[in-house]
Amino acid sequence: MPSAFWGKFLEPHRLRRETGGSMAKHPFHDVAIVGVHNTQQARMLEGHDSRSITLEAGLGAVADAGLTPLDIDGVVGVHGADFIYQARIGPVWRSMSQLGIPALLEASAAIATGLASVVLVSAGSAGIYTERTSTAPWTRPTNEFVVSYGMFTAAEFALIARRHMHMHGTKPEALAHVAATIRNNGHVNPEAVYFGRGPFTAQDVLDSRMVADPYHLLDCAMTAEGGCALVLARADIAKDLAKDPVYVLGGNTDHYGPSYQHPPAFELGGRRDPKFINGYAGRRASQMAFAMAGCAPTDVDVCEFYDPFSFEIIRQFEAFGFCGEGEGGDFVMDGTIEIDGRFPITTDGGLMSFSHGGATVQLLQRVIRATQQVRGECATQQVPDVEIALASGGGAGALFNDVMLLGASQA
Amino acid sequence: MTQLIPQTGNIPRPFASIVSQPYWDACARGELMFQRCAACNGITHTPAVMCAHCSARDLAWERAAGTGAVYSWTTVWRPQTPDFTVPYTAVVIDMDEGWQMLSNLIGCEHDAATIGMRVAVEFHPITDGVMLPYFRPVA
Ligand SMILES: [Zn+2]
Repeated sequence: MPSAFWGKFLEPHRLRRETGGSMAKHPFHDVAIVGVHNTQQARMLEGHDSRSITLEAGLGAVADAGLTPLDIDGVVGVHGADFIYQARIGPVWRSMSQLGIPALLEASAAIATGLASVVLVSAGSAGIYTERTSTAPWTRPTNEFVVSYGMFTAAEFALIARRHMHMHGTKPEALAHVAATIRNNGHVNPEAVYFGRGPFTAQDVLDSRMVADPYHLLDCAMTAEGGCALVLARADIAKDLAKDPVYVLGGNTDHYGPSYQHPPAFELGGRRDPKFINGYAGRRASQMAFAMAGCAPTDVDVCEFYDPFSFEIIRQFEAFGFCGEGEGGDFVMDGTIEIDGRFPITTDGGLMSFSHGGATVQLLQRVIRATQQVRGECATQQVPDVEIALASGGGAGALFNDVMLLGASQA
Repeated sequence: MTQLIPQTGNIPRPFASIVSQPYWDACARGELMFQRCAACNGITHTPAVMCAHCSARDLAWERAAGTGAVYSWTTVWRPQTPDFTVPYTAVVIDMDEGWQMLSNLIGCEHDAATIGMRVAVEFHPITDGVMLPYFRPVA
């Protein structure tokens, strides 16, 4: 016998009529995040490999939603096939997608189009980065046009930041202020890998050793291990679950090509619409996301921006239209980005202090934190009365930037 | 102050693809090459199957003057692998024909790079004798 819960899956159209149908303006508005989970995050996770931590993350997100694995009928993520098999929930819909916000948007689309109703998206990494005299393996693809020049992520992103500093006079102090702000969010977060490591001042960042000029050690993301997962569900199902649904208001992705193979130019553009240059990767995606959501940057209550390197926060404020081109350096210095400021950033400590669990884990974690902010359940650095959160992933040094808007109310 | 020189350690070497083989063959001869489109005259780099400007497939290899100006730079102190000697300076060069390439700067102090600095290519052997294009400041 199907449970009462399963009954909803089996008769979706009848249920929709019972609940009055949807007023959704975009199909994503019929989708909500209903479960999120971060496993323990650590510099090194003993007793785990990537598969085991990913499966643990998936079980955690399912439990957070008040569901069981049997309620999942769609799975996205690098070890998704393992979850399907180990939980014996097949046959279900599955996507091979594994990269952050694009994976979440694909899950949302699958739900909106009826391919699935409750989708698990998970990621995890452990035991990958063992040779510590080199930079982490995911930072240095062995491409023929970068590898012999000693390139890795910090250098790629530094070339972008340098260009902005040259064009607009953006100062190292502004970058350092961003890094200190994010690291202080992590300093007070007991779940952060670098909990208690601060507090930090901008001067501490500027005094840390240089990694790739203008990036000092404390301007850069850390490396860590961990897993995380989210469960997304059709809105009518989401209303009856353990936590308040956090609705998908909009999202999109801007990609310019493969990461870390070609010169990372700020002005790199495409022929389809040359005004959208790589230096403002995420602009087109954010404009489309705001249009889907029917809101604007001024409506955003918390900015869970992806923070691989400090300048990327400044760049994203400009790309997403929170301030004008070249104004980001001053914008972040006005008390705007602190937890009691107008646009608090990266409130769990982000990639710099909370965790950077490998190639893909951290690409989901901005959305997890945004969900927790909208729910109002953050144990530390909760922003009051969050209605709308903007989460992002990627950056101009990697030739992509993805955005997702979440809300407490259905759009 | 540290004078920037070509890497001498066992650094990772490039491996050519089917498409890029002529580029690396030219480097071995001490020549820097790019692809020019017969349909639109546009230049494409890194080596590609289609023109970056019009998607045409009529790309022909052409020798570059090897001169340009620094577009962006970063001096790296944490090496990608321990085989690299730090500091080294990664640069994106605006080549005079109107294309960009990534390289390393040599022949100046580690803090001498500036955007707009004039540079010229020169080739130095790295791992397995592969000839790698580097750039040196010129007047
Ligand atoms: Zn052409």
